[in-house]
Formats: sequence, C-alpha cells, structure tokens
Amino acid sequence: MNELIAIFLGMVLINNFILVRFLGLCPFFGVSKQLGSAVSMGIAVTFVMTIASIATWLIYHYILIPFDMEYMYIVIFILVIATLVQIIELFIKKTNIALYFSFGIYLPLITTNCAVLGITLILVYQDYSFQGSVVAALGAGLGFTLVLAMMSGIREKLELANAPKAMKGLPIAFIIATLLGLAFSGFGGMI
Amino acid sequence: MGKFIKEFAKGLIISNPVFVLALGLCPTLAVSTSIDNALGMTLAVLIVLLGANVIIAAIRNFVPSITRIPIFIVIIASLVTVVNLIFQANFPDLHEALGIFLPLVVVNCIILARAEAFASKNPIVSSLADALGITVGFMLALLMISFIRQTLGTGSLSVFGFHFFTLPILGKNPIAMFILPPGAFLIIGLLMALFRRMGVMKSE
Repeated sequence: MNELIAIFLGMVLINNFILVRFLGLCPFFGVSKQLGSAVSMGIAVTFVMTIASIATWLIYHYILIPFDMEYMYIVIFILVIATLVQIIELFIKKTNIALYFSFGIYLPLITTNCAVLGITLILVYQDYSFQGSVVAALGAGLGFTLVLAMMSGIREKLELANAPKAMKGLPIAFIIATLLGLAFSGFGGMI
Repeated sequence: MGKFIKEFAKGLIISNPVFVLALGLCPTLAVSTSIDNALGMTLAVLIVLLGANVIIAAIRNFVPSITRIPIFIVIIASLVTVVNLIFQANFPDLHEALGIFLPLVVVNCIILARAEAFASKNPIVSSLADALGITVGFMLALLMISFIRQTLGTGSLSVFGFHFFTLPILGKNPIAMFILPPGAFLIIGLLMALFRRMGVMKSE
C-alpha cells in the first residue's frame, strides 16, 4: 500500500509529466488559456491515460510477451490508443451528450498527445506491476491536470499584464513554466 | 532544382518547426541536455521524416482520404520501430539516454503535420526537400538550445568524447539549473523572445 502511495505522489508532484518529463506540452501551451477548457482537457487526458495503460499493460504482458513480439510494441500501442479514443468518443456521445460537447475537439486530439503514449511506454520500460500501473497512470493524469489548471489560471491574469512586446504570448508562458518547474523541484526530497 | 532549394530553405527559418510553429516541443526540451543527445534525436527524426514523407508522397494517389490518418500513423510507427531497433543495436548509450523519447517520435507533431500538410499533396522530390529542410530547422533549434544548456549547465563543451573547452569559473561551479528541466523552459522562452525582438519571427 505504501508503495502505491509513493508511486502516486511521485507521479503527481516529483516526476510531474509536464514540468519534469516534458510530456503533453502541446496542450499545455495550446489549450491552457482558459481555466474551464484546461480542466476539461485534463480530465479527458487522465481518463484516456488510465484506460490506455490498463489495456496496453494487459496486451503487452498477455499477448506480446507470450508470442515473442515485444519489438512491435510501438505500432501496437499507438493503434490501441487510437482505437480506444474512438470507442470512448462514441460511448460518451451515446451516453452523455453534454459531456461530449464539453470535451469538444480535445477528445480526438488526445490520440497524438505524447502524455498518453508516454505513460504506456514508461510503464513498460520501468516494469510496473498491474496495480502500480493503474495508480501511476492515474497520478500522472492528475499531475498533468493540476499543472494545466495552475497554468491556465496564471495565463488568464497574464493577458492583462504589461509584458514586453517580444515576450507576449508563448515566450512569457515558457518563463512562467520555468518558475513553476523550479517551485515543483522543491518536492524532490519528499519521498 | 530551384523548387527543391525553395522547399528546403522554407523549413529553416520561415516555418522553423520549433521556434515558429511551436511543434515537437516535448522532444526538443527533453533531449536538449547535451549536444550528443540533440544530434541523436535529429538522426532519428531525419530517418523517420524522410521515410514517411517519401512513402506517403509515393502512395498519395491510392490512399482513400477517409482512412489516410490511420495509414500515415502506421507507416510512421513502423519506421520508428525500425529506427528504435537500429539505435538499440548500434548506439546503446544513445538509446538509453533518449529513453522513451525515441519511440515517442511516433506522436511527434512535426512528422504527422508534414505528412498531412505536405507529403500527401506533393510529389516525391518536393516532399524529400521538405523533409530535409524541416529536419535541418529542427536540428538548428535543438543545437542552439542544447549548446547553451550544456555549456552553462556543465561548464564545459564536449561532443561525442571530443573536448572543446572548459569555461573559467563555471567549469568548477556549473549552473546546474540549466541541465535540469526548468532550464529548458527558460532557454527556449528567452530564445523565442530574442528572435521576435530581432524581427526574425512575428510577435503576437
């Protein structure tokens, strides 16, 4: 149990997906302009990451390893993720139309989000157990959502800030990310 | 030939994938800790992008437009698998250092964006030039960032074992922050602002 808590906190705070591992930066700089859409995006990514991790873990350990096909993992994982995103999209459209519209364009875009393929690869490279994988995926997704939400809150204020002309927009967002990253590196000695 | 050079030069500055289009940020920031890693990543992207652009340009007339994206992704993923295995066999240190960012080339937006926006509409030769230009643009950005990070963060510069110089004071007390993740954000933000200030890139 302690090990699972350590994995979870490690993924959320210490090895944060955006600030430390540099995964999922496209939505981080693209979407994080409004708090509402940032949180929707974060929840959608967390959901897909968790389900994709479970699916790829099972496929890797029960299909690829017994058949000696581990080297095909890249092709298989990306296909599994693309299929899952399609299925989830159809499922949400049928069951909860309001949720479907609040996700909007973000759901199909998740296929090419490196955070999703990233977590499935990390779980294989570092050889996590099944429970560990589920907890790690959940933690990674929540860490992603947390930083995305923080960033969008700051950027809403930043629109009004009097930044130098050349720094407006993306450059100043990178500087903010630097400061957030430095702050998060303070969690390093926690576990 | 003139068209070849035009497509090539376009990728260097006007549509530099990293600084102008802000594509492929994840690998750019993650592997720019040293010039060795930056060059290794460039080699991987070069092989995959050249292969993908040429194959997709060759089959562009047979691919039904509804299923084109999955087909492109499978082509790219197969090429990345090949590159991953080549690196694992021939450059094990580099393979270790790049870690998950080597397989993550599959979802690198630069490659899918070029496949979709350029190779699926243009003949093979222009697609080849486009791939080369974009890769060189990517390499320039990576080299710039990794040069600054490596010299400030370790106090010295060495590429593939060749030692170039050690800075006088920083050699003993390097600014470790530049090797750590926050340093990458700082350098790319400042470089982007610098290019906008110089007028190379448009401000928002």
